[in-house]
Amino acid sequence: MYWNKKIETLKSGDLERLQTKRLKWSLNQALNIEFYRNLFREAGVSPDDIATLDDVTKLPFTHKADLRGGYPFGFCAVPMREVVRIHTTSGTTGKPTVVCYTRQDLGNWSELIARNMVMAGIGEDDIFQNSVNYGLFTGGLGFHYGAEEIGMTVIPSATGNTKRQIEMIEDFGVTVIHCTPSYALYLAEAAEEMGASLDTLKTGLFGAEPWSENMRRELESRLGVRAFDSYGLSEMYGPGVAFECPEHDGLHIWHDSYLVEIIDPKTGERLECGERGELVITPLVKEAMPIIRYRTGDITMLMEDGCACGRGQKIARITGRTDDMMVIRGINVFPSQIEHALLSLPGVGEQFMVYIDRIRHLDEMMIVVEIDRDVFSGELQDLARLQSEVAGAIRDALGIRTSVKLAEPGTLPRFEGKARRVVDRRGDL
Amino acid sequence: MEDAYIIKQISVFSENRPGRLAAIAGALKDGDVNIFAFSIAEADGFGVVRALVDAPEKAHRILTDQGFRVSYTEVIGVKMRDEPGGLYEIATVLGDAGINIEYAYAYSGRDAAVLILRVDHVRDAIKEILSRGGDLLEASAFT
Repeated sequence: MYWNKKIETLKSGDLERLQTKRLKWSLNQALNIEFYRNLFREAGVSPDDIATLDDVTKLPFTHKADLRGGYPFGFCAVPMREVVRIHTTSGTTGKPTVVCYTRQDLGNWSELIARNMVMAGIGEDDIFQNSVNYGLFTGGLGFHYGAEEIGMTVIPSATGNTKRQIEMIEDFGVTVIHCTPSYALYLAEAAEEMGASLDTLKTGLFGAEPWSENMRRELESRLGVRAFDSYGLSEMYGPGVAFECPEHDGLHIWHDSYLVEIIDPKTGERLECGERGELVITPLVKEAMPIIRYRTGDITMLMEDGCACGRGQKIARITGRTDDMMVIRGINVFPSQIEHALLSLPGVGEQFMVYIDRIRHLDEMMIVVEIDRDVFSGELQDLARLQSEVAGAIRDALGIRTSVKLAEPGTLPRFEGKARRVVDRRGDL
Repeated sequence: MEDAYIIKQISVFSENRPGRLAAIAGALKDGDVNIFAFSIAEADGFGVVRALVDAPEKAHRILTDQGFRVSYTEVIGVKMRDEPGGLYEIATVLGDAGINIEYAYAYSGRDAAVLILRVDHVRDAIKEILSRGGDLLEASAFT
């Protein structure tokens, strides 16, 4: 089953012609952005120098830090009256990355989500529970509009209240669920405790954090679903960039909308098919934010062409990051963001540790703060206030709930070199 | 003159896990510091150990040297009649005067029951108690 068979199965010659045409359009669209006018001038290139797809290597990369530097609208290529929606991702030093969408962008995005869901065998007869965060996070609205585009019944259940989520699955006869894989396991466990069998569920769409083949087996057996891996990033609209087909062997990335390169993250050199490296994407149809050669930081490889489903070349499932970004409850977090939030708090000082654990399938963050001499007034309530201030600072900065433990002096590890104050103790998902 | 009745309590931050009280008490024992009264207040994962000792400065130094976070807190000690109504009398005096009790603990001394009080306005409390005929312990009684 296809949503858009012609485009999804476009063969190499036709695809390259389409990509080249769209690449040129994207580069010209990027010229509306001062950052790119300057970048191209400094690099001595212009969109006119790009005649073939391989010429893209003449262009410089765009990094996440560049986007942050453009806060708020430095990477918006259209007038604000053409922007119909804004999403943001949390920033490493307080300022988020802003992603703008034109009406056409939202249409393009919904189309990609629709392709993915139809590829997974989902259609208008399905009842779809979208159990991810709505709001600024792209996963909620992205899937919501794509699912409505197909015409299925959409339940915007968002996150939280697991008992109610389970009741809805049972009472509404939900057939498809979208959530993070860790929440799915938590849901399965809660359903088992409630004695809910979730018989109607047949398909699970799992994304926003990396997950393993072991996790797939567990999800499929406990929820009674076929599990599909979903990949995306806000800078490229959100989820929907790449998705598994029923072969469950790699993800189809939509080549008509994204020009894909795999590079050696150290040298920036292009890697061959089958070699693992950093995924670099140049969007081909993005109007409001046409970024060029974006370094995603995600590690994958291009797979051999020729999937049985007839669609284009796949990328392998993401196996890691080139940087120290972590995914906590589906939220992308850099250790520096956590440190920044804590160092700015009077009463915390340099002596703290942050531990990320997985408890009952859910990510839990614990912050241990050593009590400083200046902080201890002798009063219990002052310490309790410090605890809630620390939790509040993390919640405000990252939107993550955390527990805060106060420790006696000298109990935390001391660092001679670069301090490693954020420790991820979760195993592989 | 109220100052004579202000007693220096030591307050020690402690994680809530086995052996911490023993570590504090052991340090005071090794320093030959006597404890008259003490209490533990607990919160989420930690506590504050409060103690009246015969040598607050020495106790502070010993515990700080051992890595504890210690601070002084001003409290008062009120002698209570060791019979029904003893606590009521004192609580009424402070309540009537609009003085709030943050926390309290008690011990039974040689000649009376003693109520240790941490209040929001310590000098006002001393004045009120003395003017209503109450009996306060002087700080020097502990040293």
